[in-house]
Amino acid sequence: MVSPKIFGNVLSGRCKRNQQTHFRQIRADIALNIRNPDDYVRETKLDIQRVPRNYDPSLHPFEVPREYTRALNATKLERVFAKPFLASLDGHRDGVNCMAKHPKSLSTMLSGSCDGELKVWNLTKRECVRTLQAHEGFVRGMVVRFCGTSFFTVGDDKTIKQWKMETPGYGEEEEPLNTILGKSVFTSIDHHQKEGVFVTCGQQVDIWDEQRSSPIRSFSWGVDSFSCVRFNPVETELLASCASDRSIVLYDMREATPLKKVIMSMRSNTLCWNPMEAYHFTCSNEDYNLYTYDMRYLDKPFTVHMDHVSAVLDVDYSPTGKEFVSASFDKTIRIFPKDSGHSREVYHTKRMQHVISIKWSSDNKYILSASDEMNIRLWKANAAEKLGLLAPREKAAVNYSQKLKEKFQHHPQIRRISHHRHLPKSIYSQTKELRVMKEARRRKERNVRKHSKPGSMPVVTEKEKHVVTVVK
Amino acid sequence: MAASSDTMLKKPHVGKKRKPPTRYWERTEEDGKNDGKKQKEGDNNEQTPQQNNTRTKKGGKRGGKRGGAGKKVISGKSDPFPGSAPVPEEKLKKFRRGVKGELPPRPQYKLRDVVIRSEAASDLAQKQNARYDLMLPEDAGFLEGDEDEDTCTISQDDIVDAVDITAGAKYFNLTLSQFGPYRLDYSKTGRHLLLGGRRGHVTCLDWQSKQLMCEMNVMETVNDVKWLHSEALFAVAQKKWLYIYDNKGIELHCIRKFNDVLRMQFLPYHFLLATASATGFLQYLDVSVGKEVVAICTKAGRLDVMAHNPHNAIIHLGHSNGTVTLWTPNQREPLVKMLCHQGGVRSVAVDKTGTYMVTSGMDKKLKVYDIRAYRPLQSYFLPAGASCLSLSQRGLLSAATGDIVQVYRDVWGIPVTKPYMAHRAKGSVWGVHFCPFEDVLGVGHGEGFTSMVVPGAGEPNFDGLDANPYRSAKQRQEWEVKALLEKIQPELIGLDPSQLSQVDHSTWEQRHEDRVQVLGFDPLAKEKFTPRLKTKGRSSSGKVEKRKKQVAHEDQRDVIRQTVEDRMKIDKERKEKEKKKAAAAGQKSALDRFRK
Repeated sequence: MVSPKIFGNVLSGRCKRNQQTHFRQIRADIALNIRNPDDYVRETKLDIQRVPRNYDPSLHPFEVPREYTRALNATKLERVFAKPFLASLDGHRDGVNCMAKHPKSLSTMLSGSCDGELKVWNLTKRECVRTLQAHEGFVRGMVVRFCGTSFFTVGDDKTIKQWKMETPGYGEEEEPLNTILGKSVFTSIDHHQKEGVFVTCGQQVDIWDEQRSSPIRSFSWGVDSFSCVRFNPVETELLASCASDRSIVLYDMREATPLKKVIMSMRSNTLCWNPMEAYHFTCSNEDYNLYTYDMRYLDKPFTVHMDHVSAVLDVDYSPTGKEFVSASFDKTIRIFPKDSGHSREVYHTKRMQHVISIKWSSDNKYILSASDEMNIRLWKANAAEKLGLLAPREKAAVNYSQKLKEKFQHHPQIRRISHHRHLPKSIYSQTKELRVMKEARRRKERNVRKHSKPGSMPVVTEKEKHVVTVVK
Repeated sequence: MAASSDTMLKKPHVGKKRKPPTRYWERTEEDGKNDGKKQKEGDNNEQTPQQNNTRTKKGGKRGGKRGGAGKKVISGKSDPFPGSAPVPEEKLKKFRRGVKGELPPRPQYKLRDVVIRSEAASDLAQKQNARYDLMLPEDAGFLEGDEDEDTCTISQDDIVDAVDITAGAKYFNLTLSQFGPYRLDYSKTGRHLLLGGRRGHVTCLDWQSKQLMCEMNVMETVNDVKWLHSEALFAVAQKKWLYIYDNKGIELHCIRKFNDVLRMQFLPYHFLLATASATGFLQYLDVSVGKEVVAICTKAGRLDVMAHNPHNAIIHLGHSNGTVTLWTPNQREPLVKMLCHQGGVRSVAVDKTGTYMVTSGMDKKLKVYDIRAYRPLQSYFLPAGASCLSLSQRGLLSAATGDIVQVYRDVWGIPVTKPYMAHRAKGSVWGVHFCPFEDVLGVGHGEGFTSMVVPGAGEPNFDGLDANPYRSAKQRQEWEVKALLEKIQPELIGLDPSQLSQVDHSTWEQRHEDRVQVLGFDPLAKEKFTPRLKTKGRSSSGKVEKRKKQVAHEDQRDVIRQTVEDRMKIDKERKEKEKKKAAAAGQKSALDRFRK
């Protein structure tokens, strides 16, 4: 009998045996798998438990079905935790008509109402920090200067006013820095990204120098009024505007004449440039749809975003440029991925009326909606997201379940749960009605095509349908 | 370390003369010297071609520096081990899932990008897993005889003498001659043992510490015992009904829907208890909600042979007519019926990876099947026939013949002539079961229970999040919650458990058809070719037809061309082969003159 040798944790020995009946010797190498329990349990109660891992796939059977179950659970939990509504900011005494983001401060937001009142809000405290009577009649448009020290408002009283961002000291009166009296009502205003130039629209599109009281340039292209004008955030000299003759007009600030315009079948209310891919813009249309255009190819929209059941009033892009949010007359807010035809999310409450203005916060986390019934609402951009700091393990778990949801998103069960949204009855029935109408129209078209000369009734795609013409 | 132990099972006598463990840098250098061609393939030689490049570039400046040089540091010395350490190919193979598909064509650049990125991520994960595998702390046990000596002649006592006292304590006998013979079951972690004597004696114990958890006599015949998902609950198939007890021996449920149960199997990831009854019913009980999932009438008489495939949770039933049938809860008919034996099937066992099935029958044969292809691999003749079979985690097969338990190694490889180990129990064997994560085989027999030491049976490295033998009560509770959350629904049981991750082509086609129906046109259809109008008589109907013909079936042409080429190639090869054959034969036949 030889004394056992120890190799690591394996105990091995030589064994010799005398069998008296056969008188032969047997020699063999033996090793047994013996674990020392001390290597696998914690030493003291203060330690955390040891969890040795072995990633051998044969020890983890049913990989796919288990992942699928996890994905299904994650999807269900997401719907359980989807509570997007955060706060309502009340204080306005008339419907809120417009809002403006502060370029430097995440917590500051401005809103203007239909009685000419303007409020500055602190979003972290969810309270109004300043109120001023900016205009007589509606506050039509607002924009904060790129430096964040002052802001411009336009109103129904045909004036453009520049205000200081700071609250006036005790005893000082709320007075604008500058007031410009225009010839007609201004409907919208936007400021240049880095120069002291701003643009307004009304009966024509005017470009103003901050130092002058008359526009440095005016554009009009046989149109009587404009509803919205926006500077391109990247090609900062470019502009786009929505006109009441159903057209969207593009301008170059350096040129004397507009660049081109696309005429659509219905009027666009507002538009917003994609901040990341700035050759794309999205316009909210009266025909319940939103259209994303590539600035270079206006003859056909890039994507048609359908889901609203009433006119779309406002649109704003997320700072990542991957999604945008739209506000509609049908009392809902919808979030669309930029290249998807349908919304991924719809927000509504019982009390929210026609949503007039919408903004996506610069940290990509919140959405602000201003509606007819004098309230501003704060929503989460991602309905099921947990707010506040996440522990690292929590974050890892969130990422893991996100990936799983993505992996199994096309499975019918998961798809059904993740796509289901409760809608107010009116919107639900209206959606159904619209679907029926659309189907009927399509059926009729199909039958007509079937009974007409081949080729005389070409198939017109949804994208092509809404563009009347492009003028250069 | 772990690698050497892996190979040990396959090739005995490898571990005789132990070489010092090879280091990865030694091997790569050898590879690099031996053949340059090999460097191009495989991840383990990633950096060698790169090194060659740097050498040729810097050759002029730096003169006679060594080839293994990587990045230069300020001190002028070079890193002798540049880059990450290579991962051995066989380790990588272990973690590979499925086969890599083809990349989508270039025009689908977005999809292509997604596929490339996800494949890179999975490659990285596999590599990291393989790397981690090298560092696993425990090695598997083994038993090797000298050159002219059989390991099966080594008795348990000899093994106990040779190994240390803690390992030796794993061989023990429980003399329970009064209520035998015994059926047994080990819990999923391998810590707990459940014994059920035919005459009503049921006991469960922590077999390593020999701590008794409960012991009772149910005063009825006990047909089978089974642990449920944890060591807190177990099921006992008694004379008439199925009972569930907790580990204190308190009867929790008497399930009257399950009558005359003979054998049971527990599917741990589905929380299903599958039972086979004397009345020919295969029933599934969902133990997490306590509901019967399905009761299938197999119409095959008394069911007393049962096994489950741990890879895909399919139940294998053996019948008295020599067939083995495969069942899921989703289908009233068997998925597969295999005729395995002449005469009845006595026992069935399926290995951990779901590749092999071992059956023994009344015809005294032991057969090994590949159950992916339903193909017999080996057939052995055992003089007494095997009554009970069990497969261990590392692929050892135990077969009980009368009162002798034999353990075979690698039965599906080269035909085995001698058992790996053998042991004579005191009574006729009634149940055998390998203990998970331990080198132990539990044998229940007429005179009680024997715990046998079988080196190399169990997986040495457990996964702490799946089945942890050393888990605390808290850890067990947490595991239970997690496991219940990811309970797989019985509808997902099928022959291929990874089917859920594959593309569902048929549904897509159906949906596409529906879409075409709704739209009135096929949005994915190719545009029809309309010949351009040309002047000067070139658009006469004949000319137009001619031009149309030029582009007709353009997409099919390539395919046709390819198949024709392939066929020609095959023909040519065949002809050449024939010619060679004829030349090799060298003999001219009289009929050759008629050959062209």
